[in-house]
Amino acid sequence: MGKIGLIIQREIVSKLRNKTFIIMTFLAPVLIAGFFAMIIWLSMTDKADQNILVIDETSFFQDKLAGNEYITFTFSNKKLDEALTGFYKSDNTCILYIPSNLVSGAGGASKIFYKKAPGFAVQTDIKNQIEKVLYEHKLKANNIDPTIIHNAKQTVRLITEKVNEEGEHAQQLTGFASIFGFLSGALMFIFIIMYGMMVFRSVMEEKTNRIVEIIVSSVKPFQLMLGKILGIAVLGICQFIVMGIITTILTTILSTTLLKDVKQDLMKFQQQQQEVFKNGTNADLEKFDKMQDKLETFEILQQVQNLDFIEIAICFLLYFIGGYLFFSSILAAIGSAVDAESDAQQFMMPVMLPLMAGYFIAAKMMTNPEGSLAFWGSIIPFTSPIVMMARLPFGVPFWQIALSVTLLYVSFIGATWLAGKIYRTGILMYGKKVTWKELSKWVFYK
Amino acid sequence: MQIMESILEIRNVTKKYSNHIALNEVSLNVPRQSVYGLLGPNGAGKTSLIRIINQITAPDTGEIFLNGEKLNPQHVDLIGYLPEERGLYKKMPVGEQALYLAQLKGLKKAEAKKRLLYWFEKFEMQTWWNKKIEELSKGMQQKVQFIVTVLHEPSLLILDEPFSGFDPINAQLIRNEILELRKKGSTVIFSTHNMGSVEELCDHIALINRSKKILDGSVRDIRNTHRSNTFKITFKGHMLGFTNALWTSAELLDKGKEEEDVHWALIKIAPNTKSSQLLQAILPVCEIVSFNEVIPSMNDIFISNVNSENGVLGTQSNFTE
Repeated sequence: MGKIGLIIQREIVSKLRNKTFIIMTFLAPVLIAGFFAMIIWLSMTDKADQNILVIDETSFFQDKLAGNEYITFTFSNKKLDEALTGFYKSDNTCILYIPSNLVSGAGGASKIFYKKAPGFAVQTDIKNQIEKVLYEHKLKANNIDPTIIHNAKQTVRLITEKVNEEGEHAQQLTGFASIFGFLSGALMFIFIIMYGMMVFRSVMEEKTNRIVEIIVSSVKPFQLMLGKILGIAVLGICQFIVMGIITTILTTILSTTLLKDVKQDLMKFQQQQQEVFKNGTNADLEKFDKMQDKLETFEILQQVQNLDFIEIAICFLLYFIGGYLFFSSILAAIGSAVDAESDAQQFMMPVMLPLMAGYFIAAKMMTNPEGSLAFWGSIIPFTSPIVMMARLPFGVPFWQIALSVTLLYVSFIGATWLAGKIYRTGILMYGKKVTWKELSKWVFYK
Repeated sequence: MQIMESILEIRNVTKKYSNHIALNEVSLNVPRQSVYGLLGPNGAGKTSLIRIINQITAPDTGEIFLNGEKLNPQHVDLIGYLPEERGLYKKMPVGEQALYLAQLKGLKKAEAKKRLLYWFEKFEMQTWWNKKIEELSKGMQQKVQFIVTVLHEPSLLILDEPFSGFDPINAQLIRNEILELRKKGSTVIFSTHNMGSVEELCDHIALINRSKKILDGSVRDIRNTHRSNTFKITFKGHMLGFTNALWTSAELLDKGKEEEDVHWALIKIAPNTKSSQLLQAILPVCEIVSFNEVIPSMNDIFISNVNSENGVLGTQSNFTE
């Protein structure tokens, strides 16, 4: 172990000396957290005050557009041209122009003129309001009471629950789970390729630098290969943990600040639900806050809270280690067999294909999480690290995880053994275009 | 047959690859504290044999003994190996790299550092410690490689084509170090096709051709057995008188004119005759300027042996003074 220890140590130190590696370790979580923050931020209404001047040629919308705490509508009788001339110096932020043909016509467009672009939420709000006014107007024109239509409409939530052998049933995560599953599968895909390629390059570096023969006169080629693979594995696990911790901290900070209101609403909503559950129809519904429009957000939040992050993290590590060891030993063998990275193409293809297949199965699972493709994909070692990660949020029986992990680790041992055979011949072979046939012969050399 | 105790014994080693035989029943004895030359044309199997001794590959059949013990993984620490294809990590600092390689050979870090400092001082390269290899010239890199090879004071030093790529100054430096190391008790095996270095350095040689050993022994013995009783005589006088004076068992191989009145002749005499008999025969007819026995150089022996193995006629004209 002493000599393997030295090799592991050198591998780690030489990678840590690489500044891009260090920067990436800290930058990636910031980027991930920043990405999430941006999505949350964008999805929230922007709170910039909007003072909107409405030029309503139909005179129909007067008092029908409702402002809120940061949108105010001011109606004006000016002509559009007139309003536009004075607009830049006025304290209005936008002009909403409603042309005369909007009410009568079957089509037609309303326009917003702005100095600074209004947020997406503002635009949606205005569009919805105009549409609603027109909708109700047209119902009335046909002698239909809008309240009848309104009362006739009922939103229905479709809840899916999975039943197990004992007849227990629980709500499964669908929408969010499929996205989360796919993302963790994709992350696994990236991690395996990234670290696998690191092994590949490290092997090739030693070969092309011609130091490898000096080293294998001190240690067995297999020890060198194993030390390399393990060294980069240690590095990968450390990087994963560091990145995980930073991401967790950042997202916790962000979610507590950005999602504070939503979380409070959710708690209130849960309390109200319990009250309804306890008192039945006697509950004083009038006192309740109306939260119809927030139901979807609540659902996602609840799903996030229901996810077993610890199980997922453990599985991620387990599958990353297994998948990485499996693929990196194959890549080490390839790296040893070629003289230049460009020669490696023909060998890379068969290695990348199963990984890509895993990725596509994971993508397909967003629509069909329980198909036989998903099952076999998560059991067969070539694709299992990626596909199983995508399956995990849907709930996977323990025996399947156990079987898949066992198969993965058994094939890792097989792959490493085979790779070791190719590696020790390959690293000393220069100036020869290697074929698959040639590789298979190396396996049997003494 | 070996008088000296041998440090390395190779018995009937055969190594086959899928489409050719690299070594065919090769047996060698390397005497302790000798400089042993492993000679042979390119592709003869020298590097294959060296890799087997270094346990980088294993023989298909045959056995190898180091210090009388069957070759085993512990032995790698006793061997220092400078491969023909040699290089170092380009991005790694010199000192750190040398420490790493020394530790792989089983040296403790502190001890390795102490010895490195000694060698760095000896080769006047103290300032290189923190430099990256890619910042060094090729000659400088070669010095580092040599130090790394000998740092753990191996009892068996194996150098594969050590002088290829070395500039004359470094080559001389290495040559001196090889002799120095032998004096201290190391045994040096080196493979080469540079015959000049063989005669200068080696006590023993083995000649390998087409995966077979075709010749081995001490350099002196080999040269003696390759003597062909040929003499080169330079004389003043008439060539006709000179040739007439030769008796029947002396054969005139070649002749020529050096300057006006001075001629030379290449004479081969029968194995049971003495050079003094030849002298007595020609003394009366000419004035002798010089009289030398033509001793074959290692180069000649190498070429004639390889050629006769390969079925090419080894001609006498290959022998030069």
